[in-house]
Amino acid sequence: MKLAMKIAAGAGLGALFAAPFFFGPALAQAPAAAPVVPTDAMVNKGDVSWMLVSAALVLMMSVPGLALFYGGLVRTKNMLSVLMQVLTIVCVAGLLWVTIGYSMAFTNGGALNLFVGGFSKALMKGVDANTFAATFSNGVYLPETTFVVFQMTFAMITPALIVGAFAERVKFTPLILFVVAWSILVYYPMAHMVWYWPGPDFTAGLPDDHGYLWGKGALDFAGGTVVHINAGIAGLVGCLVIGKRAGYKSEPMPPHSLTMTMIGASLLWVGWFGFNAGSNLEANKFASLAFINTMVATAAAGAMWAIIEQVVHGKPSLLGAASGVVAGLVAITPAAGFAAPMTSVVLGAVASVGCFFFVTTVKNALKYDDTLDVFGVHCIGGIIGAIGTGVVADPALGGQGFMDFTVIPAVAGKYDMASQLWVQTQGVLTTLALSGGVSLVLFLLLKFTIGIRPSKEVEVEGLDINAHGERAYNY
Amino acid sequence: MKLIIAIIKPFKLDEVREALTGVGVAGMTVSEVKGFGRQKGQTEIYRGAEYSTNMVPKIKIEVVVGADLADRAVEAIQAAASTGAIGDGKIFVLDVGQAVRIRTGETDETAL
Repeated sequence: MKLAMKIAAGAGLGALFAAPFFFGPALAQAPAAAPVVPTDAMVNKGDVSWMLVSAALVLMMSVPGLALFYGGLVRTKNMLSVLMQVLTIVCVAGLLWVTIGYSMAFTNGGALNLFVGGFSKALMKGVDANTFAATFSNGVYLPETTFVVFQMTFAMITPALIVGAFAERVKFTPLILFVVAWSILVYYPMAHMVWYWPGPDFTAGLPDDHGYLWGKGALDFAGGTVVHINAGIAGLVGCLVIGKRAGYKSEPMPPHSLTMTMIGASLLWVGWFGFNAGSNLEANKFASLAFINTMVATAAAGAMWAIIEQVVHGKPSLLGAASGVVAGLVAITPAAGFAAPMTSVVLGAVASVGCFFFVTTVKNALKYDDTLDVFGVHCIGGIIGAIGTGVVADPALGGQGFMDFTVIPAVAGKYDMASQLWVQTQGVLTTLALSGGVSLVLFLLLKFTIGIRPSKEVEVEGLDINAHGERAYNY
Repeated sequence: MKLIIAIIKPFKLDEVREALTGVGVAGMTVSEVKGFGRQKGQTEIYRGAEYSTNMVPKIKIEVVVGADLADRAVEAIQAAASTGAIGDGKIFVLDVGQAVRIRTGETDETAL
């Protein structure tokens, strides 16, 4: 290849110039640069602080944020089942991450390296307080344990998002088995394909060591494909295989506590700053950019949904505004570090319109029972965000473009919106195909072996008392 | 003795209570209930799911009074609970066979 390989990442030019350089010009020009040896001196205490706080914030998105957001939307008899599913998935996904997940996502996978990592760091082998993980800046590193735990929180929330699609009608143990298999077969490969690369100091020397979509230059700042489209399509497949809830469309199924849903949505919003601004991996001005973009896209989406409801139904609902907030958060996720604040506002508003149309019109027309609109909000919002990233990242619109890391120090690449949109589309299609396909096989396997759906009697009486032996509220 | 059952609009409870104590009623039992009459129900919309509820929330008041007080109590409830719109509610009056105060064993009107 004569053209420099296009490599995308969140950090921009300014950060590189601001960072202390460890390379002279002669070194930068040499194709076989001497390998950089990360040291403690290349770790910034501000970065470490921010990333540890971010990891805790992302955990808060799952528990209690997502758990309460989802829990409030189900009926009283199923409240604990949702809370327990989310809490258990967080625990299991965390353990799986240190067992094989981190290694499968963030190491070289040998012959399969484009698609998945290997087992060289399984059981945290070789990962300790004295190892380092790359950031997006030359010569700036994080303690590897910081990176492991930050990424762990993403591996926790993604499978937890799925359960909303078939809430109120799923067996607990088969669900957990699904999560284990899905994490291994879908999440780790997706994270590897989108985010695995050797870091800015090593890309020039290892031009082919990266995941499939990273190598294509797909822009996904904080996980629009890896997290939201990935979980959203798995949820849709799950709700189709499992089937509609007993009494769907024939009896009322209103949310049991929109107060809980409001608390959950608000915790998601706060936690999402760790998710998006934390994905910058450094506490610099691009983290700040991702932060403000996350704030305003979400505000625009929440307001937009309320406006749409005012026009369509005559009454703006709390659930609508909360749904809009989540749709905006989802949509800005892949674009957080690439967009400008005002293009983020537009992206958030567009996501609200798209998601509103899906959860009200499309879902009713196609008659599938995506209980908590995981597909309608996360997958559709994720697709709008992923494609929209190709637009808002354009430096002509005030975006950050992408960095060409094949040279040291990295320089801004030449942005072409049309080709970027095609790359973004490939990222979306890859996610839909992998997650949709594997999820279909897994759900069908469970359905025809140990069963994935409880008996109608259990479902009608409620999952809390039958699956967990307790009730959410004892008045 | 008469049992007066009044179904009223929830926001009228305080006025009805004051009116009843004003005519000398010493106690009452109040419950939150749902039902329907001529008043149409409400529509709830949760994202795309629309539920029309036929049942509207009401307050049910149960009061037992001596026969001589019954008419005045009914008038007091009717005056206090009325807004002039549909959905104001209904009042039913039934005969009561016996009353006992559990603490003392007093019976009938002395038990009220």
